[in-house]
Amino acid sequence: MSSLPPQFEIVDRPLDTQMTISMGPQHPSTHGVLRLELVLDGEMVVKATPDIGYLHTGMEKLFEYKKYQQGIVITDRMDYLNPLGNNLAYVMAAEKLLALEIPERAQVIRVLMCELQRIASHLVWLGTHALDIGAMTVFFYCFREREKILNLIEAASGGRLTPSYFRIGGLMMDLPSGFERRVKQFIDGFLSSLAEFHTLLSGNRIFQNRTKGIGYISAEDAIDWGLSGPCLRGSGVALDIRRANPYTGYENYDFEVPTEEGGDVWARYMVRMREMEESHKIVVQALARLQPGPIKADAPHVVLPDREAMKTHMDALIHHFLIVTEGFRVPAGEVYHAIEGSKGELGVYMKSDGGPKPSRVHVRGPSFVNLSALPQLAEGEMVADVVAIIGSLDIVLGEIDR
Amino acid sequence: MSNGVENKQGAEEQAEPTPSNAVTPSPLVTALQHAYPEWGGEVTEAFGEVTVVVPREKIVEICRFLKTAPGLEFNFLSDLCGADRGPEEEPRFEVNYHLFSTTRHHRLRLKVLLNDNDTHVPTVSFIWRTANWHERETFDLLGVIFDGHPDLRRILLPDDWQGHALRKDFPLRGYEPYSLT
Repeated sequence: MSSLPPQFEIVDRPLDTQMTISMGPQHPSTHGVLRLELVLDGEMVVKATPDIGYLHTGMEKLFEYKKYQQGIVITDRMDYLNPLGNNLAYVMAAEKLLALEIPERAQVIRVLMCELQRIASHLVWLGTHALDIGAMTVFFYCFREREKILNLIEAASGGRLTPSYFRIGGLMMDLPSGFERRVKQFIDGFLSSLAEFHTLLSGNRIFQNRTKGIGYISAEDAIDWGLSGPCLRGSGVALDIRRANPYTGYENYDFEVPTEEGGDVWARYMVRMREMEESHKIVVQALARLQPGPIKADAPHVVLPDREAMKTHMDALIHHFLIVTEGFRVPAGEVYHAIEGSKGELGVYMKSDGGPKPSRVHVRGPSFVNLSALPQLAEGEMVADVVAIIGSLDIVLGEIDR
Repeated sequence: MSNGVENKQGAEEQAEPTPSNAVTPSPLVTALQHAYPEWGGEVTEAFGEVTVVVPREKIVEICRFLKTAPGLEFNFLSDLCGADRGPEEEPRFEVNYHLFSTTRHHRLRLKVLLNDNDTHVPTVSFIWRTANWHERETFDLLGVIFDGHPDLRRILLPDDWQGHALRKDFPLRGYEPYSLT
């Protein structure tokens, strides 16, 4: 018996002592590989310490070794539920350094695709959040709708989860023919699907009991912790970067910034549900604004030429060759560009030393910052509610660990 | 019903008098110089963004001042990140603080420069609690030490990792294969 390592020795523990348990990293409701170290008193959480890094792949290091246009595909893999948002934050930071003027059509398509992506991201959140709490059905309805959006993204870019559709200076290619009709088909049916989700969850007493008053955070604390996106608006702060620092022409769209005063899981749920309606409104407006026109900026040293021009024009061929082999030079300087991702403020800090590769790229992931507030949110709650709280933060570990 | 919506939108417009694209940052620069004259000529503006290089002894004092200063109100720390300029450069490291105001919607970058042999900078995690994880990340990947931080441990890489991965002299593939066992 004496040869047993100390951790296997049976110790007489009175029942009222605190217990430390490890939740994750394989726990299904941690949405990836998050580990929580929970100190419990009975079923009550005394202290929750997130342990992250299981998915760290050194993306920020990798950016420094890739040319600017090669970095776009890395961003797809960060927040894999909102890849178009990541693309946009990254290319806009580079465009800011290059001082590129993006044509109107490309901007409208960017807004259109980003809002579709936001709906898709919120649908995954809704399905998994409800699944964590115990409502299985919602998951299937959500993924049915999300599938339609992924089909649209696939039609435009060729990729479902990793589109890399936005390029520095514009878009990869124009929308395929018939795309507007397919988007219209989707948005016509979406509001009734949203009503379906409300029927399944919003009036459900079990769901309300599991979410109302759980994981409360006040507006001051939310700002102090750096919460952004629906988590901040769930605490009553009407801050949306699409409104505060408009980009890609968001100032021309008519939409509301939904806020809820509750500050709990239910409030964050309602904010996201209403945000899907607003995104739907923006998609309708973007469709109406879609006019024929160029989709790439007039900057031959940065933007790849059309295939046809490359075959017929000598200078286009030279530019194509130079961009692909050497990359393009970006003026030295540093920018921080923030957009409203589906989960909050998605910021890209980009520093250039004048060469074809960035000297530093840092991504301010909203999930990273939102998760850091978990110790405060979970303190004093039950273990089962920790699952609801994590779900309401809508984290994606790919972005947290990068 | 429609009236209510219109009123709400009107109120929102009033509450947001300065969408940041419309604010040419020059007023911000003058406001900053006016509010804190000791900065002198270190307030720079490029790509529509304002940067202030701050000596590290004063970073806590300046952050505390900016958080509540009337007219500036940088109450939100968007991001904190470090950068390595390369082993030959002096000063080698920089720490960037990206501040944002939830009421005025303007942004500011504070920059602290550090030499290779002395990578200490005071923590701001007691001014904004969100700085806690950002500082841990910067410590983990660049080896910048935040004095007074309540919990300065590695956050992304394993605790027994050797070196700091985002330094320019750290090879892309590491020194040797890392084994979890």
